[in-house]
Amino acid sequence: MIELLAHLGKSTRASFSKLGRATFFLLQCLAGIGSVLPRPRLLLNQLYSVGVLSFLIISISGLFVGMVLGLQGFYILSDFGAEETLGVMVAASLVRELGPVVSALLFAGRAGSALTAEIGLMKATEQLSGMEMMAVDPIKRIISPRFLAGFLSMPLLTALFSVIGIIGGQIVGSGLLGVDEGGYWSQMQAKLDFHDDIINGVIKSVVFGFITSWIALFEGYDAVPTSEGISRATTRTVVNSAFSILGLDFILTALMFGDD
Amino acid sequence: MQHTSTQDTLVGLFVAAGIAGLFFLALKVSNLSSLTEKDSYTLIARFENSGGLKVKSPVSAAGVKIGQVSSISLDTKTYESVVKMSINSQYNAIPNDTTASVFTAGLLGEQYVSLEPGGSEEFLKNNEAIEITQSAIILEKAIGQFLFKSAEEKK
Repeated sequence: MIELLAHLGKSTRASFSKLGRATFFLLQCLAGIGSVLPRPRLLLNQLYSVGVLSFLIISISGLFVGMVLGLQGFYILSDFGAEETLGVMVAASLVRELGPVVSALLFAGRAGSALTAEIGLMKATEQLSGMEMMAVDPIKRIISPRFLAGFLSMPLLTALFSVIGIIGGQIVGSGLLGVDEGGYWSQMQAKLDFHDDIINGVIKSVVFGFITSWIALFEGYDAVPTSEGISRATTRTVVNSAFSILGLDFILTALMFGDD
Repeated sequence: MQHTSTQDTLVGLFVAAGIAGLFFLALKVSNLSSLTEKDSYTLIARFENSGGLKVKSPVSAAGVKIGQVSSISLDTKTYESVVKMSINSQYNAIPNDTTASVFTAGLLGEQYVSLEPGGSEEFLKNNEAIEITQSAIILEKAIGQFLFKSAEEKK
């Protein structure tokens, strides 16, 4: 019984100290962003590996998600004779929810896990301590550019996901199922608000980009420097990112869309 | 770390595509383009009951959308619903004996304000009130009256 209590106390303390380390890490990382700006080359390399390489999976998933939405929406809406509102349904669900959430989940799986593994391996092969020996701050040189790149590419990837999804919905809706194309677009324009829908979607994606990059980089930086430790850290990145994204999405949705 | 000009180009393309995507969402998907381009003036109409009218509900004349509802409030003295409408300034010749009615588009559609122009030579100006109004038809009320009436007839 005492042992159990001791164990409980120990693990609680461990998780709080991890949260503390993560917060401290985030502050260091944000402080390091200032020194990235004079060296855009570092950022550019990371934008390539985090953003450009994630583009393919994001665009293909976006296309299929949009097509499925178009198909499912059509079957339900045609019961009410409201096929014309298919555009509203596809666009609203993509821009408000599916765009930010699904692209953040894909981003965590595609780019977040890679970041964790990369940083963890750098730690295991003592590249990070090597840098410190050469008086190069690994946070400024390695972590901050990656953080900034993740943070910047997320809204862009989300916008592309939504656009491709809306076009996918249109391909299925008006191409295969015969919904009027003009109705698809005009109803969408009439019902979607720039501020309420588009800007809120962008805010969501920025928050998700922030949280996924933070988790991925911290897990890598904090990993036990063995092969097993890195594999666990990578798993934790994906699992924790997914939890935080879905949980935060609920909170953000309640805040943004709750009062009307 | 090696960097080639292909990488630069790809990053450039990616960022440009992302920004283009945001613009596409703003202009093609949302109502931004229809909101910003026109300036408007305000008309006021007092309804006994504005029904399911909401802010941003359309205001139309002869079926053409000419503006939208900008605010709805309750007058605490007369207990009327005060509906402010912003009308596009290109439609600045609305006679002062115009009738404003709240109608429903279709059976389940949204409610909108319909303006039926009268014959007056004088036009409404900014912040002036439309005198003749017709309230929303509340479906439950109408059904209730109909049932009541048919029960009376049976006696």
